[in-house]
Amino acid sequence: MPKTTEPVLKREAELRAAFWDQVRSFPDGHKIKNCLQCGTCTGACPVSYTMDITPRETVALFRAGLLEEILHSRTIWICASCYSCTVRCPMGIRVTDTLYALKRLAMDKKIYPDKFPVYALSRAFVHNLYKYGRNFELGLGAAYFLKTNFMKAFGQAGFGIAMMSRGRLSLRPHTIKKIHEMRAIIDRANQLEGV
Amino acid sequence: MEFAYYPGCSLEYTAKPYDQSVREVFRALGIGLREIEDWNCCGATMYMSINKLVAFSVSARNLAIAQKMGCDVCAPCSSCYTILRKTNQYLKWDPHAKSHINEALKAANLSYDAQVNVRHPLDILVNDVGIDTIAAKARYRLDGLRVACYYGCQIVRPNADFDDPDDPQTMDKLLAALGAEIVPYPDKVRCCGGMLMTTYEEVAQNLNHNLLRCADENGAEVIATVCPLCQMNLEAYQPQINQRYDSHYQMPVVYFTQLIGLALGIEPAKLGMDSLLVKLSNPRLKEKKTAEVTA
Repeated sequence: MPKTTEPVLKREAELRAAFWDQVRSFPDGHKIKNCLQCGTCTGACPVSYTMDITPRETVALFRAGLLEEILHSRTIWICASCYSCTVRCPMGIRVTDTLYALKRLAMDKKIYPDKFPVYALSRAFVHNLYKYGRNFELGLGAAYFLKTNFMKAFGQAGFGIAMMSRGRLSLRPHTIKKIHEMRAIIDRANQLEGV
Repeated sequence: MEFAYYPGCSLEYTAKPYDQSVREVFRALGIGLREIEDWNCCGATMYMSINKLVAFSVSARNLAIAQKMGCDVCAPCSSCYTILRKTNQYLKWDPHAKSHINEALKAANLSYDAQVNVRHPLDILVNDVGIDTIAAKARYRLDGLRVACYYGCQIVRPNADFDDPDDPQTMDKLLAALGAEIVPYPDKVRCCGGMLMTTYEEVAQNLNHNLLRCADENGAEVIATVCPLCQMNLEAYQPQINQRYDSHYQMPVVYFTQLIGLALGIEPAKLGMDSLLVKLSNPRLKEKKTAEVTA
């Protein structure tokens, strides 16, 4: 084996080990090994038409030892978690949960697709939750568009005004009373993750 | 009959009409709803992408408070419903995780043993109250209102136990019993895209355009939904969708509880009918004869 591939293989092995840790942590996670490559997941998926790697191909690439390629794809961030693939898979594979495992792996290893910063929304959301205890839609949207596509925020103005005029959009976040409890839970859970 | 009520973040603002109509309908039917005190966000699909243990611990705080209240949870938002149920499933499946989550909860002097059942209002209304009872209490008939019943994803998948994941029927039967004409709606469980409307709007607009077209082609004059995200995507983004696809949809998208409320004779304003962006202009309510109504 040429020496130059060694770091690549080492990296893949690391990712693989981390992926298995994630997969083992939800019910039936190991069933991914039973994939028939039938493509039912891709057929059932309402957004597979716009993915660069389909759900079926995701499993094939994983088997081929190309996990990093999956993490660079937009696929895992396009999934809207509608669970169609999960209820239809003839082998009982929890495809949606597997994609969540891949998202967590991507977040953890900071491997993201180019020019498709959906993960930024998750980060903004988590920040909101720690700060307020509840989601703050306007703040979330603003934080996301500032990080990604500033101009797009203006395109949302019509929507915002319509919703606000009917009392369906709040200008201020609501902080829960026991926010200190919430933060204590999050801090402790963060310490315990991986223990 | 009493439930610990978990409105969830959407029902505070964007889905205010859902919150109003659930509360009104439950009150009219004599089902108690006690709001979970100082509830927090369930974590939605977002937190699950970051850290699973934190995601489940955050969600479990709500269930731990409900456990102290001693009743099952009623969660109208499909996303909250799925996340809370998933938390239960996970706690029951993995004792190691259960002890970790409880250790996290201990930081707030809480504990949770995964015994609180999480229910959707549609499930409660159909299976606990009963379609016949609701129909008997209705003062009006939704006289031939042509409704497309849209269930979306997360109340029928992946672990729902009260309806079929591919061809659910509970809402169809309930609204039909109230006099609505249920149109065929082959896309009834097809995804609206959820948060994709923020992150990848071309795709979400395509999905919602398909859903609107399917309802329109089947002759629906209103879409009934069970989820705040579905309702918002289908309703609030109609102008953008019309622009992109050169279409002219003016399809009202209501919560199923709003239609039940109208049939029960609850004032439209109390059901949040005024807060809809596309008005249901002509609900065609037909008053029933007094003899037909059970008080």
